Amino acid sequence: MKIVQNADSNTLTLGLDGELDASSSVLLDAELTQPDILRHQKVMIDCQKLNYISSAGLGVFISHLQRFQDAGVKLVFFNMQEKVHNVFEILGLDSLMTIVPTQQEAAAL
Amino acid sequence: MNHSLRVSCSRQNLKVVRDFVGEFLAEYGLSAILQNQIILAVDEIVANLIIHSNHEDESKFLDIRLAVENNEFRFEAEDGGASFSPSGYQDPDMEEHIRQAKKGGVGIALVNRIMDHVEYSSVGTRNFCRLTKRLG
Repeated sequence: MKIVQNADSNTLTLGLDGELDASSSVLLDAELTQPDILRHQKVMIDCQKLNYISSAGLGVFISHLQRFQDAGVKLVFFNMQEKVHNVFEILGLDSLMTIVPTQQEAAAL
Repeated sequence: MNHSLRVSCSRQNLKVVRDFVGEFLAEYGLSAILQNQIILAVDEIVANLIIHSNHEDESKFLDIRLAVENNEFRFEAEDGGASFSPSGYQDPDMEEHIRQAKKGGVGIALVNRIMDHVEYSSVGTRNFCRLTKRLG
């Protein structure tokens, strides 16, 4: 798992590249735990190169969502592969998290 | 079951197991979604066995066996760690998980929702987990 960061004045974009499992999710958790992340108005997760997610990967997002919401930071997923989106759907997380098709739509939120 | 793999109880081996299942399933021409679901269910069980049952002790091993019979995928894992007790398991409330910022506890829900049959058993000190899923 590689995480590519791209920040402008109020938006942080994290590009996830690889597979998010019980081994690699530790890296993403450390990234989202950084206090500075809450200075952004929006954190956009680019899932184009995210080829796999397990419950450990979902757990990272589940465990930070409330903290983001409490701080007024929007968490938005985009470019998600169908098979990865299906994993969110199985648990009903697609209706509890903001997932949009394209970067343009994520930026417009 | 003639496709088998033995791995030590390290998280690093989760990728090894997923690739093993993916290569095994390749010849069946499954949709990307179904193939990913089966790999996910196996990954969740193996992660639980490595992390919770065997506490990531790399001197311990898991045996994994795969088969397709009568258009049904069959998975078996055998280990000698602490046995999993499904009787204490409750299906998670996702909104509650988000409110309580929980990191874990949704893997078995994924397995139960994806697979047709999920069974845990023990014979002496050996524990077995068996999963089945019809392939279309």
